[in-house]
Amino acid sequence: MSQPEDLSITLTTAAEKSATGVSLGRDAWRRLRRNRMAMVCLGTLIAITALALFTPLLPLAPPDKHHTNLQYEPPKFSPLFERTYDFDWKSVEESQSRIAELEQKLASADKREANKITLEMENILLRPYRDAGYPTVGAISRWMIRVRSHVFGDINLASFAGRDEFGRDLLSRVFWGARISIVVGIVATLVSLLIGVTYGAVSGYVGGWLDEVMMRFVDILYSIPFIFVVIFIITVLSDEKIKSRLQDMGIDRITIFYFVVGAIYWLTMARVVRGQVISLRTEPFIESAKALGASQTRIIALHILPNLLSVVIVYLTLTIPRVMLFEAFLSFLGLGVEPPDVSWGLLANEGIKVITPVKIYWWLIVYPSLALGVTLYALNFLGDGLRDALDPRLASRRS
Amino acid sequence: MTWFFVRRLLGLVVTLWVVFTVSFLLMLAVPGGPYSAERNLPPELEANFKHRYRTDLPWYEQYTFDLSRDLTGDLGMSSRLQDFSVNQVIKEGLPISASLGIFALFFAIVLGLSAGIVSALYRGSIADFSLMSLATVGIAIPSFVVAGLAIMLFVFVIPIFPAAGWGTLRQLVLPSLCLGLAYAAEIARITRTGMLDALSQDYVRTARAKGLSEFMVAIRHALPTALLPVVSYLGPAVAGILTGSVVIEKIFAIPGLGWHFVQAALQRDLTLAMGLVLLYTVLLYTMNFIVDLSYGILDPRVELK
Repeated sequence: MSQPEDLSITLTTAAEKSATGVSLGRDAWRRLRRNRMAMVCLGTLIAITALALFTPLLPLAPPDKHHTNLQYEPPKFSPLFERTYDFDWKSVEESQSRIAELEQKLASADKREANKITLEMENILLRPYRDAGYPTVGAISRWMIRVRSHVFGDINLASFAGRDEFGRDLLSRVFWGARISIVVGIVATLVSLLIGVTYGAVSGYVGGWLDEVMMRFVDILYSIPFIFVVIFIITVLSDEKIKSRLQDMGIDRITIFYFVVGAIYWLTMARVVRGQVISLRTEPFIESAKALGASQTRIIALHILPNLLSVVIVYLTLTIPRVMLFEAFLSFLGLGVEPPDVSWGLLANEGIKVITPVKIYWWLIVYPSLALGVTLYALNFLGDGLRDALDPRLASRRS
Repeated sequence: MTWFFVRRLLGLVVTLWVVFTVSFLLMLAVPGGPYSAERNLPPELEANFKHRYRTDLPWYEQYTFDLSRDLTGDLGMSSRLQDFSVNQVIKEGLPISASLGIFALFFAIVLGLSAGIVSALYRGSIADFSLMSLATVGIAIPSFVVAGLAIMLFVFVIPIFPAAGWGTLRQLVLPSLCLGLAYAAEIARITRTGMLDALSQDYVRTARAKGLSEFMVAIRHALPTALLPVVSYLGPAVAGILTGSVVIEKIFAIPGLGWHFVQAALQRDLTLAMGLVLLYTVLLYTMNFIVDLSYGILDPRVELK
């Protein structure tokens, strides 16, 4: 009696099991995990990002601390630690009491005076950090610097990577440069992602003459030599008068860079997304969603966008290195990140600038190049791996 | 075919107009206009200057003036280099940049094709693996890093090349190698994929079956097909070499267009920068046009429209 019942139970569970299957994402992840080199690259990237994120916590020398007597000191490994780090706790405490004073003043000040007072407050707040040799740092970094000074005291690592023309510690500069290079790469890519996906999705989904017009526009933009136009734009916007006007609005060169890069790199993304949307639009599951009475926004948000994810992720990993390269390129030319901030491109430029026919400071070129090269290599390789994992047909053709 | 030419020409005109307009509008944003660079100028002279370059006119008249001047092929005066018109700068810089670019392209094609063919023929061997790893590194690393390392290696460690300068053939080798390397890497990867595809085709099997040597099969039968994707990559490659020469010319102190462009940007010589942007647009467009044409010639199935 109980026999057939049991059988039916086993049958249904088996059926359920096969129906669950493996999701596209998990399937791709499984394939990616088998690509050992891509996993190594992923690990490297995670390590680099983590190190960059927590740079202020590490026992490094401050990146902007001048030691003119140690100009161009080559890398040295012993002793491992030095006691040259100098952070003035007293001035931090002092600045706090002075800021409290100024805050009281601020409450009763008129508009013009208020501006002055806020500027002064910022100056007082940042002074201890500037004196210690840090560039302008945000609140979280300031907290991390305080923690670091508390834990490690005046100990810092010796200059494993040598020193530059002002005797600044290159190792520390490479670490601080990572923060800017990576942030610029990610933010600028996200801007381009936002523009590209929106443009492509609208063009593909609406279709008709609008699609035609939007794509012709992209075609025209494609044939413009953008890098030159970008340099031209930055040139114009770096004019003293315009620059100060923009700075009043809180826009600096890096912000301009984000927008400009976002404005270039969306083109390919828009094309790819459009193609994908057009092929998705006729899929049966979209039809059924329509038949069920789903609204346009619901269809786009819940049915189309999730299916774009794989394409978008691949392009994201391939765009980040291109954007980072572009930032390095601009900084190298002296048109990107401005001192006292540092980025890898800027550091490489500093290294190549001091080449003379008689002497070369190899460490100034090798270390920034190594950092940039390893990161870009890992990103490129991971991007390739992801593309193969998400589109197995391509992988079998390529190998 | 005629329609193809007409379409492309129209495209060039539209693109140039867009670039010009965007640049012009940006330049308007600079207080005083592009010719205010001359400081401490007596007011009479400044008025003369303004009249000469029509910056005393309202913006729309300035726009038509500049546009019609540029249309006649005169790109105006440099606002920083004394006594230099943009056209003179181009006349001096273009041959230098062109020879650098051609050499770089030559290196890229020769190195890339040979590496790609060897990789495909000895697929899975150590040679294949090391060449392709090298290619991935070459694509990832920016040209100024390559240039810095190359200078260290070939100028200081093994001193066979001069560090900078322009004029002799020996001074040309290192910069064009550095410039071409990244494109050689990309071409190697594309050639390898193309060759592998071609080698698995039926006609290659036929060629083998009739007793041709493996070398002849690869060069005479597989390579022409494998070349097609390489040719279509040459368009972006030329664009990249144009851009890359900006950096390379700066590092090696080569007085080409790229060097002038960077100087113009750093010294806010807006007229020169704008003239060069327009020139680069034309160059890029022409190169892409040539690539498309040659694609149509190489592959009879491609129809130009």
